[in-house]
Amino acid sequence: MSRVTLCGWGRTSPSVATLDDVSSESEIAIALASSRAIIARGLGRSYGDAAQVSGGTVLRSRIGDIGPIDDQGVVLVGAGASLDELLSESIPQGWFLPVTPGTRQVTIGGAIAADVHGKNHHVDGSFARHVIEMRIVTPGGGATVSPSVDPELFWATMGGMGLTGVITAVTLKLLRIETDQVLVDTQRFPNLDEVMSEMTHGDENFRYSVAWVDCMTRGAHLGRSILTRGEHARSNDVESPSLLAPAPARLKVPFDAPNGLLNPLTIRAFNEAWFRSSPRLQLAKPESISSFFHPLDGVRDWNRLYGRRGFVQYQFCVPEGSSDTVRRAIEHLSSSGVASFLAVLKRFGPSSPGPLSFPMPGWTLALDLPIGPASLPRLLDDLDEMVLLAGGRIYLAKDARLSPEKMRAMYPQLDAFLEVKNRVDPEHIVTSDLARRLNLVGA
Amino acid sequence: MENAFGQPQCVVVLAGSSDIARALTKRLCAARAHTVVLAGRNQGLLDEASSEALDCGASRVDTVLFDARDPSDAERAVNESFAKAGDLVDLVVVAVGLLGDQERFQDDSTMAGEMATVNFTWPVAALAQARNLLVSQGSGRILVLSSVAAVRVRRAKYLYGGAKAGLDRLCIGLADSLEGTGVSLQLVRPGHVRSKMTTGAKEPPFATGVDEVAGDIMKGLADRTPIIWSPPILRYVFFVLRHLPGPLWRMVTDAADR
Repeated sequence: MSRVTLCGWGRTSPSVATLDDVSSESEIAIALASSRAIIARGLGRSYGDAAQVSGGTVLRSRIGDIGPIDDQGVVLVGAGASLDELLSESIPQGWFLPVTPGTRQVTIGGAIAADVHGKNHHVDGSFARHVIEMRIVTPGGGATVSPSVDPELFWATMGGMGLTGVITAVTLKLLRIETDQVLVDTQRFPNLDEVMSEMTHGDENFRYSVAWVDCMTRGAHLGRSILTRGEHARSNDVESPSLLAPAPARLKVPFDAPNGLLNPLTIRAFNEAWFRSSPRLQLAKPESISSFFHPLDGVRDWNRLYGRRGFVQYQFCVPEGSSDTVRRAIEHLSSSGVASFLAVLKRFGPSSPGPLSFPMPGWTLALDLPIGPASLPRLLDDLDEMVLLAGGRIYLAKDARLSPEKMRAMYPQLDAFLEVKNRVDPEHIVTSDLARRLNLVGA
Repeated sequence: MENAFGQPQCVVVLAGSSDIARALTKRLCAARAHTVVLAGRNQGLLDEASSEALDCGASRVDTVLFDARDPSDAERAVNESFAKAGDLVDLVVVAVGLLGDQERFQDDSTMAGEMATVNFTWPVAALAQARNLLVSQGSGRILVLSSVAAVRVRRAKYLYGGAKAGLDRLCIGLADSLEGTGVSLQLVRPGHVRSKMTTGAKEPPFATGVDEVAGDIMKGLADRTPIIWSPPILRYVFFVLRHLPGPLWRMVTDAADR
């Protein structure tokens, strides 16, 4: 055990805690029994303060065994295994994760705690939908839960930011694939309205769909976008079908870039180059799984590009019919001149029953914003208001700055979550800096 | 807990009724601060500052009395402030200071000593305890109000400037000592600030208002700048002034002070 300074991927709000590496459920039970404040941490990819607890204990689970994959694609995985480790085993056997976020460098436990989504949410829902059952150790003891066994605890844990206990093992159903390639359609759109209209009508024909939006252009080009949509390639779709494990990152950011390297000027230039280098229209181009699903994994430690001050990621979703809110949010950003890098727009399908699960049917927009402009805190508070007014919410796995009042208003099922929380952890031992900041679980 | 922009939820302000502290408290409450403990020597002024904090969005405000001429009481004042805060304290603001009347105090041993006590000794004693409590918390920040007067001490204000210089330099070491504890310390070096402490004084160049200083501090909290200059240009101005030869320095500062 050691005292370490921890922060999220955005590298804001560091705090010191005791780090405890555990490799069995009994060790977890001992840690839970002997701590005043404790939270599990996976690979530290939440952007904010979700996986840290100032002055408490941060558990890192070494339980990461990957079991055999049966002929239905069902596999038992230790929650400490990363998606990267699972994919390295499963892709060569012809199985893929049913839901994958933009990076493979998250643990299975973290994927559940955040109830992550991918480019296929509009078709396949979030990670929770593909979990058959899981083991969780709470201060009250260990339990195996599923949608039919203690469904309240199961769903409270899906998107519950690790606050119900420590997930140890997960039974997942994987997706059959024939190759490690994806056939990708790419299309450029001169403005937001056109891309949103295309996504509204065309996304249902694709398993995967996501648009990259330039939030720094104004006027007629407001929200110009590149839409990429794809399907897994069948073995007869590509010349030499292969099933290879994803390759590790070849590039790395070796040191902190100077503060302000990513500023409105450089980001505008990058966005311009990105937009122009993309084809106007390209159909069914084979791309590797890594480059299509996990572009962020190409460069290790890319968060250092934002300098020592760090950055925040702002991701919200709004219900169907609120496309106007997305538009106004982008207008607000572009007119403020705040630099934002690679905004990602996507459609969400049905929600999961998790009371703190983020997605809801409609739209989601995610923005990376460097810390620096004095107007940024207020700007994001204004966006919170717009999102709230539209009936939407902020993604807790990305959040580092929401207020407790707005969080409560955005997650109307919070009381259902707290009911479960009070049952399995009446003393609220399992907590985090995020939980404290949002006043989620008391002190 | 503080958020990604360094906006605290629970704040302790030592000398909470000073003008800069009040302007800063208002901004902190308008951002995320819900609990504020204001410590100072005058209950009437603290009550005024408290109601401002509540108006700006705080939901819980409390006050603590102390006398900065008595460093042996600093630990009690800090402990009581933390106890009244009740929660993890995200930010401790040390705004204690007395500009004093240089001409009257400089030949008076008692008053000269008191200038050092109020501007240096009491804050140092308070910082020791604040450091203690925050380090065991594993998070939190300390914000110390220094002054550009500490960067190079001028003859017209050497009692104030000298004591602040001691505090300023001590805090740089203290900040380094906090590396790896989850706690950090930031210094604020305002220029001439129009406030009740400076009413009647002649205004030198780069004079600023309390609200501007509070704004610069808010930005400095977000940026985690170790030394927050206000206005920011003073960083460069004083880089030059610090290296001026003595006679030239005296000429420049005398002109500004006259």
